[in-house]
Amino acid sequence: MKKIGLFIEFKDDEIKPANDGMVTMAQGDGHELFALVVNADAAACRERLSAYGVSAVVDITAGGGAWHPDGWADAVVQAMNACGIETLMGLTSPQGRDLLPRIAAVLDAPLVMDCVGVDLDRNVARTTQYSGKAMAEIQLTGRHHIYGIRAGAVSPAPRAAAAEVHAFSAVEPTASGIEVLSTRPGEAGTVDLAEADIIIAGGRGMKSGENFKLLQDCARAMGAAVGASRVAVDEGWVPYTFQVGQTGSKVNPKVYIACGISGSVQHFAGMKSSEMIIAVNKDPGAAIIGKCDYYIVGDLFEIIPEVTRALGAAG
Amino acid sequence: MKIYVCVKHVPDSAATITIRDGSRIEENITFLMNPYDEHAITEAAGLRSQLPDAEVVAVCVAGPAAENTLRSAMAMGADRSILVVADRQIDSMLTARALQAAIEADGTPHLILAGKESIDAEGMQTMFRLARYFGMPAATNAVKISLEADGAVVESEKEAGSRDILRLTLPCVIGAGRGLNTPRYPTLPDIIKARKREVKKIDLADLDVSSPGGKTEILSLAPVAENREPREIAGDAAAAARELVRILKEEAKVL
Ligand SMILES: Cc1cc2nc3c(=O)[nH]c(=O)nc-3n(C[C@H](O)[C@H](O)[C@H](O)COP(=O)(O)OP(=O)(O)OC[C@H]3O[C@@H](n4cnc5c(N)ncnc54)[C@H](O)[C@@H]3O)c2cc1C
Repeated sequence: MKKIGLFIEFKDDEIKPANDGMVTMAQGDGHELFALVVNADAAACRERLSAYGVSAVVDITAGGGAWHPDGWADAVVQAMNACGIETLMGLTSPQGRDLLPRIAAVLDAPLVMDCVGVDLDRNVARTTQYSGKAMAEIQLTGRHHIYGIRAGAVSPAPRAAAAEVHAFSAVEPTASGIEVLSTRPGEAGTVDLAEADIIIAGGRGMKSGENFKLLQDCARAMGAAVGASRVAVDEGWVPYTFQVGQTGSKVNPKVYIACGISGSVQHFAGMKSSEMIIAVNKDPGAAIIGKCDYYIVGDLFEIIPEVTRALGAAG
Repeated sequence: MKIYVCVKHVPDSAATITIRDGSRIEENITFLMNPYDEHAITEAAGLRSQLPDAEVVAVCVAGPAAENTLRSAMAMGADRSILVVADRQIDSMLTARALQAAIEADGTPHLILAGKESIDAEGMQTMFRLARYFGMPAATNAVKISLEADGAVVESEKEAGSRDILRLTLPCVIGAGRGLNTPRYPTLPDIIKARKREVKKIDLADLDVSSPGGKTEILSLAPVAENREPREIAGDAAAAARELVRILKEEAKVL
């Protein structure tokens, strides 16, 4: 039996839907799945985790319940050691990017982030490199193996199990050198781009920040998150958190709708693994037209409001 | 006081990648400084003016051609640089050991800056490992850094624009995010001045580093095929919009 630890992420006290795909990835004959839940309501998510094959939920209490990057990393390592877990998976989310490398550093263990596939029996990870231009198969050696999983890389598939909840209190770690002064919330109600099913993104063709309201309206009507090209960010039309691409978020939605975006290599580096790409561009010669699944040649200022209208009529 | 900045020499993101032997890329393309490291260098140059007798040292582990990236780092503000010459690609675990050994041999860091990730391997971990080997605290995706007498206050950007405001004791390791600053691109005089600055070269073998915890090794590398077949959604704006909604509903099944 190989024990697989799964670091479960929460947002606003709710388990993130992206965990389901990650748990699915860990399923396998002879794998015993341990969900590691830090400072959250473990009992409340027991059923959901059971449905995807988790057989134990480790309810970890660390540092009096508050968020602390080193404290949490240390608590996860303690729980792994206590349960005899040597393989750990977590999401390559903003929290995962802060936590998984810390855990890898504490254990001095190999880590591959942003995996689109894992072979937990051979300790091999699949991930893209060079701005999404190459797919790498990476062998991890050593005693512990850690994987950051790309949200949405695998569709969730149920596998019934009956998880038991085990409480675990982490020992207060030695002083870490980090004091969390405060956490400033982001914009309320914004979906993290990396975990969105539908993204509608705007580029230079949007012409102003004001015009992004068109996309916001359309996004609301279809339950999408709004993204942007770097140009739109550099122009100050939208904050950096909207940026998709090489130096922005890497996203993996079911549908990516690019409006007034030309399709540069750097933009594609962040969204080329989308299941379906739809381009709205007035230039039939734009690079994105040759690299998408569907395109509409035309003025986005005419098309997007019509889409919002059509969604209203359809809904 | 010394500020060390770890920089990586990476392929230009616009370059076309050719794969050799199914496991590495052909290196006859343009290489540049990793974009996040430009933010780190720019920040270090800004912080130097706040510290007495501060010196900014750029450090890189790579092949000999990375001297170009270190010249760029010096043109952007580093006073001198160290190149740990490696004759092969090494993973993050060994790179962090090599960076630590090179820095330790050079001086006592007051602060270590790096990019939050590299755009070639996208490992997102080297700075954390470096911090751990040194026993220093680390913060990533920094969008604001304020130095205080005995610490650094760092705003670390998280999900959907939220931020952790952290106080780190010094010395510490900070990974620069894109929102940290606007990189200060060098002028011609900067570039000329940088030519005269020192690039100290150390052989990786001479640092005698190893990675007892394990390693990551590329088994295979293959080009990602672009195999979409673009189809036009025709008609006037209203008709195209209706067809798009139908596709979302019936083909993508997201509505
Ligand atoms: C190191 C590095 C990192 C980078 N990282 C990123 C990154 O992370 N993300 C990123 O996006 N870019 C990144 N870039 C920048 C990238 O190279 C491009 O400059 C950028 O993606 C272009 O943005 P765009 O498509 O919005 O603008 P443009 O290329 O100018 O394209 C605008 C498009 O809008 C269309 N358009 C204009 N008006 C309308 C209209 N009314 N209706 C319909 N269509 C219209 C035009 O036909 C055109 O195709 C990076 C560059 C470098 C060098």
